[in-house]
Amino acid sequence: MRYPHARIGLGTVAAASALLLTAACGANSATDAGSDSKGPIPVGSILDATGPLNVIGKPNIDATNLAIKDINSHGGVLGRQLKLISYDAQSDNAKYTQYANKLTLENKVSVVMGGITSASREAIRPIVDRSKTLYFYNNLYEGGVCDKNVFNTGPVPSQQLAPLIPYATKNFGKKIYIVAADYNFGHISADWAKKYAKQAGATVVGTDFIPLESSDFGAVINNLQAAKPDVVVSLLVGGNHTAFYRQFASTGLNKSMKIVSTTFGDGSEHIVLAPKESTGVTVAFPYFQELKTPENTAFVSTWHAKYGQDYPYVPNSAVTVWNGWHLWAAAVEKAGSLDRDKVIAALESGLSIDSPSGKVTMNPGSHHVTQNVSIAEANDKHGFKVLTTNADVPPAYENSVCDLRKNPTTNKQFTP
Amino acid sequence: MTVQPDQLANLTLSLLSSIALLAVISLGLAVLFGMMGVINLAHGEFLMLGAFFTLTGVRHGLNLWVAMVLAALAVGAIGVVVERLLIQHLYGRMPATMLATWGLSLILVQVVVLIYGPASNGIPTPLGSIRIGDYSVSEYSLVLVGAAVLLLGLTYLVLTRTRYGTMARAAVMLPDMAAAVGVDVRRTNMLTFGFGSALAGAGGALLAPITAVVPSMGQTYVGRAFMTVVVGGPGVVAGTASAAGLLGGVNSLVSNLTTSVLGTAALLVVAIVILRFLPTGISGYWERKR
Repeated sequence: MRYPHARIGLGTVAAASALLLTAACGANSATDAGSDSKGPIPVGSILDATGPLNVIGKPNIDATNLAIKDINSHGGVLGRQLKLISYDAQSDNAKYTQYANKLTLENKVSVVMGGITSASREAIRPIVDRSKTLYFYNNLYEGGVCDKNVFNTGPVPSQQLAPLIPYATKNFGKKIYIVAADYNFGHISADWAKKYAKQAGATVVGTDFIPLESSDFGAVINNLQAAKPDVVVSLLVGGNHTAFYRQFASTGLNKSMKIVSTTFGDGSEHIVLAPKESTGVTVAFPYFQELKTPENTAFVSTWHAKYGQDYPYVPNSAVTVWNGWHLWAAAVEKAGSLDRDKVIAALESGLSIDSPSGKVTMNPGSHHVTQNVSIAEANDKHGFKVLTTNADVPPAYENSVCDLRKNPTTNKQFTP
Repeated sequence: MTVQPDQLANLTLSLLSSIALLAVISLGLAVLFGMMGVINLAHGEFLMLGAFFTLTGVRHGLNLWVAMVLAALAVGAIGVVVERLLIQHLYGRMPATMLATWGLSLILVQVVVLIYGPASNGIPTPLGSIRIGDYSVSEYSLVLVGAAVLLLGLTYLVLTRTRYGTMARAAVMLPDMAAAVGVDVRRTNMLTFGFGSALAGAGGALLAPITAVVPSMGQTYVGRAFMTVVVGGPGVVAGTASAAGLLGGVNSLVSNLTTSVLGTAALLVVAIVILRFLPTGISGYWERKR
């Protein structure tokens, strides 16, 4: 068994040296970022088209392509067309590192968008920070990232859990059980859920963390039956965890407990599950395909025109990705330049856009967006019924701890 | 904490269904890997195909149970094709088989993504739930236990009580001798590969109503299936039953008493300890003792 190992070792060394070489070559010319040519502007995207995360990645990629097409058909930015360079990270964090290097050093893009899990964001962040390439992370997450170079359009706990937990406490009961994915997103979000539960006067009677590769929820189902909560807060992520809702319903627990979630729907859970298993799951997101606004009606018909009438569902994350591209395009227009510092200054000027989810405003200090948040419940047609919409919900926690105009050198993730 | 009778009954059922789950996802691999020595890295995708065929059958109006049986047979047929095109050229070349089946797994996942998309409508768990005191249990979990017993029994009968079973074992153990006494080794191996694949398909079909049927689902199960087969050793039925019983039992018990994370950890610890002291697995140890 020694020989194959030695070979793998050599291969790694070769790859590493190649990477170092690329990095060394790129470093000399990293600043010119294609800024004064008249040709198309290179922009980059890294998402998962294959592997288990493609459930979320596919709609994100479709949204990226549609946003670029939309911006280009409206004349591009600064009178130039956008040229999208996209890579498939194959649900592998190492690939995020590799492609982030490629986009910044070789393709010299003006902006990088992408990353789905928090782990993938943390793989991209140091690389784009080092090469001073603007980065947008457009998925829902546990909140708190504070970095001059990074902008976030996805909802954070102070926009999802903050309205959802009081809603659940008021309508379903005060005994709460938390079931969360066992990595940083799940743990930090669970802390937030506990905090909001306390504020709402609810009691958390139990918390379970489930590894991402697990799809056997027998033990959790038994714990739930012993604890008898009124509300189950689900912070579960991905295809394996979708089995939870199925096993929950097959045991008949959906008759005595209500599930509320900040993730249900972004991973197409309501598509994969049968209506009788998902009906009644209550969620909070900035966007639902069912939103009845003129902007959204136009958006959904554009989407269906490009991807077909039978597209299962346009999820929230597709629109936060769309918002990321349009905010960036608006900022570049406002700055009149592709220069990173000028674009950041434009993004920090209280910039807002009208999006399918309503008005979206970038907060100058925290680099997170203020946006509408709706509470909805899964219906019996693989979709959602929107119950209430709160307008202009700020990322309250991020705004309270992170002020990048005052402290531009802050570079950390705040946690409760 | 005193244990109530209803809690105990519920715990026992949950234990049995964990064991059954492990048995049905591993049995097909036990035939291909434990018996034939083919490291089938596409085993997870065979399970996935079983689940997707069941889904397709139900969507076309078939009864769920009929769809499950047909799905198993269809995966068996695919197994035969795979054996003819790929595996038959690679018997005895383990690294080559691993690479080929790994490549096959990537292709199968992507083909299913292209046909069905990354997420498509699944089928709900059939039947209802039964109450045991304060607890309720899904009736389907009892079906799963029954199906595991049935599949293990069927495999035992086919491999030990039929003419084909004897030839299959001979063709794997002593191919030259088997050929010398008139066994068509090529054909027998093809059938055995198909039989193992059909068992994997049946496992996937049984998973379809309790898990999310997505193209990547195979990855979740393939690791545990290999662990069960390695711990079980070369005996197909005895190995699978004993390893699934031990690993599934420990996992479920620890998960229920503590947390799911510790349950998974306990499963791994038990597997490592067993392989340290019984390197040929549980059934390998029994054979040596006899």
